Amino acid sequence: MKAIAYRLVAVALICAGLSLSTDVFLTSANLLNVLRQASLTFLIASGLTLTILTGGLDLSVGANVGLSACLAATVMTSTGSIALGVGAGLGFGVLVGVLNGLMITLLKVPPFIATYGMLWTLNGVTYWFMGGETIHGFSAGFRQLGSGYGLGVPVPIYVMAAFLVAGGIFTRYTTFGHEVYAIGANREAARLSGVPVRARLNLVYILSGAMAGLAAIVYLARLNSAEADIGEALTLPAIAAVLVGGTSLFGGAGSLSGTLVGALILTLVVNGMNLLAVDANWQPLVTGVIVILAVWIDVMTRQRAEARV
Amino acid sequence: MRSVPGAAYLLAILVVVFAIFGSGFATMANVLNIGVQSSVLLLLALPMTLIIMTEGLDLSMGAVLSLAGVVLAWMLMHEHGLPIALAAAAGVGLAFGVANGGLVVGLGLPPFVATLGTLGIAQGLALVITGGQSVTGIGDALPALYESRPAGIPFSMAIAVAAFFVFRFTLSQTRFGSYVSALGGNREALVLAGVRANAYHVSVYALGGAMAGLAALLLTGRMSAGHPTAAIGMEFDAVAAVIVGGTSFERGKGSLGGTLIGVLTIGVLKNGLNVLAIPSSLQVASIGVLVIVALVIDSGLKK
Repeated sequence: MKAIAYRLVAVALICAGLSLSTDVFLTSANLLNVLRQASLTFLIASGLTLTILTGGLDLSVGANVGLSACLAATVMTSTGSIALGVGAGLGFGVLVGVLNGLMITLLKVPPFIATYGMLWTLNGVTYWFMGGETIHGFSAGFRQLGSGYGLGVPVPIYVMAAFLVAGGIFTRYTTFGHEVYAIGANREAARLSGVPVRARLNLVYILSGAMAGLAAIVYLARLNSAEADIGEALTLPAIAAVLVGGTSLFGGAGSLSGTLVGALILTLVVNGMNLLAVDANWQPLVTGVIVILAVWIDVMTRQRAEARV
Repeated sequence: MRSVPGAAYLLAILVVVFAIFGSGFATMANVLNIGVQSSVLLLLALPMTLIIMTEGLDLSMGAVLSLAGVVLAWMLMHEHGLPIALAAAAGVGLAFGVANGGLVVGLGLPPFVATLGTLGIAQGLALVITGGQSVTGIGDALPALYESRPAGIPFSMAIAVAAFFVFRFTLSQTRFGSYVSALGGNREALVLAGVRANAYHVSVYALGGAMAGLAALLLTGRMSAGHPTAAIGMEFDAVAAVIVGGTSFERGKGSLGGTLIGVLTIGVLKNGLNVLAIPSSLQVASIGVLVIVALVIDSGLKK
């Protein structure tokens, strides 16, 4: 809990700095915008957090969002049915998760290689599928999911809150959740104490795929258009959010609430750069530096803990 | 005699299939074309083999190559002369390689995430320097060099072939080579023998960065311009070539000959699909499938 407290202090400091240096930051419109953006990052990063908790990684989440969104958009516009479109997006997200899981558990491919290959495969298929087209103009009802408000609060924030609670209960109070941590902490020990490691790993990657599919739907509703590059810049910030949120890349330690704080910090940094009129081209550089710093802190924390033992 | 890598069969099958179904595939001009197209990839895949042999990975290579290409073009545009421009590009690559090595070896960061971070940094720098635009007007010296044919071979192929033999010699005949082979899986023995394992380990990453910098010569020469996203994702092709070539992530075992076959397999696949008029986006996807096929064959052979 102490770790989360430090991160909340970081959030407060960034907010204070931006309130002092810009006029726009401390307006309700901007703050709600930050929260909405952080919610979207959280949705992608939440499934990713589970994979990292098991000591793995899912590098395909951004590309999965991209193709799932494009498929959902195509199905929705060609059939006119929101349900079918949403089903296509979610279903495809899950399918990607199934394939990732099979590569990792059946073929024994290291997770970062399996999902990295998946990333480029999905990217290729997305560009081929879209053929340079943009699909836009969805029904007002569907767009509510991304840009609507309930009681003055953007809808994605409700979606985020629902999954934060569900995910929190899932990871903290269910056997499944404990098994996820156990696999990440010591896979062999988990296996020997009867955890069905393969089945759990499969489920974790399926959940990661499903969350990417869900995020794709919300993104689509928010942007009101789908292009082949829709998911391209999403993976690095999502990984950064998980690591900044304190989930260890070595598995077994971390939390979904930490990932939410991480998503918030990442979003605040980007929002601050926008408000301070920093060229958007700096964003990959800044995200890259944040990733490296976060992993470095993770490594140092771990080394210090090992030295104590 | 070691057994033939599975990729060799894959390559043979692809060549036969494309020769039958793709008109214009089995011509001398097209074979040279495949060689030229594969050159840049080989320059990345050779050091990537060494990095993966040390149980590491360098995801930043494509972005570093793009950045080095932009630097090379920028220097040429400002009329600094080809040798100085190339030195600057190689220097930028080397700096990123040393940084990767420092992060992985010195700080102990997991290689795939550390190099994902430097990927972002290199990509960001390339975008910031150029404002997202291509750098053109690089003069005639580099395009003329690129179009030259030393001993009748296209320049890029000559460079790639030379690099292959230098790497092969270094890996099999020098102390550096045997230490690098031992780094993956036998590191403890090296340290006990008094070898400065960390220095050798960092230099493997440094070599990767420097090669990405040098590859900018071919990339920028081919395009006659520097583009900040020109080689994004090319590290995937390099990783794919290494895996298809049979180098293993876990056993610290690899072969440069296998990687050469892997690079050619990818070159033939892309070229053949091109001849069959399959869009380039699907060619990217096909490499992902190729890697999975290679891994399935590999795990089948192990049993």
